[in-house]
Amino acid sequence: MTPDYEAEYRRRQRARAMVTAWILGGLVVLFFAIAIARMM
Amino acid sequence: MASPTVPMTPALPAEWRDFLALTKPRVMTLVVFTALCGLLAAPVHIHPVLGFTAILCIAVGAGASGALNMWYEADLDARMKRTRGRPLPAGRMDRQAALHFGVALGVGSVVLMGLAINLLSAAILAASILFYVLVYTVWLKRRTPQNIVIGGAAGAFPPLIGWAAATGRIDLLPVLLFLLIFLWTPPHFWALSLFVSTDYAAAGVPMLPVVAGVRATRRQVFLYTLPMAAAAIAPWPLGLTGAIYGLTAGLLTAWFVLLAVRVGMSREADQARMKPERALFKFSILYLFVLFGALVVDRLVLA
Repeated sequence: MTPDYEAEYRRRQRARAMVTAWILGGLVVLFFAIAIARMM
Repeated sequence: MASPTVPMTPALPAEWRDFLALTKPRVMTLVVFTALCGLLAAPVHIHPVLGFTAILCIAVGAGASGALNMWYEADLDARMKRTRGRPLPAGRMDRQAALHFGVALGVGSVVLMGLAINLLSAAILAASILFYVLVYTVWLKRRTPQNIVIGGAAGAFPPLIGWAAATGRIDLLPVLLFLLIFLWTPPHFWALSLFVSTDYAAAGVPMLPVVAGVRATRRQVFLYTLPMAAAAIAPWPLGLTGAIYGLTAGLLTAWFVLLAVRVGMSREADQARMKPERALFKFSILYLFVLFGALVVDRLVLA
């Protein structure tokens, strides 16, 4: 694996991890909001 | 003797944008819009958070359908100019990742819909995903020129799901909206397929112009427009909507029928010069957006 290839590999991994984290965070907020809305 | 070691280079992971492309975001906009209209047109109030969740589930469910469609049709997409840049035929993603992504989105959207909204809307969402993937993509698309007619049902579910999410039941109005999109799909897609039929023929997809010819397709475009017009106008005389929707539907549908007549009477064989077909295809998208928008305005005014 060349250094450029490895750098691109890591960049994609980081970008995917970041998007996954945002989605999971969004789902946590959504589930909390759903729980509150269903109690009302 | 020790065997020589071969350095292994792992394949680059797909970009997150490629996963997004699998969900067919442009198709999703119409799905989200019609679902939202179905939800807003319902005669009950739904909590904004639950309404947002329902629309999100419908959008994600549509994304799942798109991803599973692209997973199954990767070979077909590679043979068509319009689709060969998609993540799978372009080699930017492996098929297994697309399958896992599609299944995860589909299961996730249905489970969330069932837990957060109601079982009826979750059941219709599951049915629409399975219908699009199994009945349309796997079974019919490569076997019959009527693929678009039956496949149109999959795209007709969103307003029904939106209504069911808000009310927990199915009434006549969302059934008419379902019928409207179901009957709108053939003229919309066949108008497109008329001026890209060489692309479909190259891929071996039995679209109507490829199998039955351009003339028969033009006739079918016109014939399907008539019941579509009836489904579009029916809500007003049936007392389900007011004059805002009724007049908008009347005017827009008259224009749609006029364009379909022009398509039916056209004798143009050169795809590059098929102006009536292009005009009908473009107008058909605007038609659905404005009609559903008018429905929501009408229902809000009535309420």
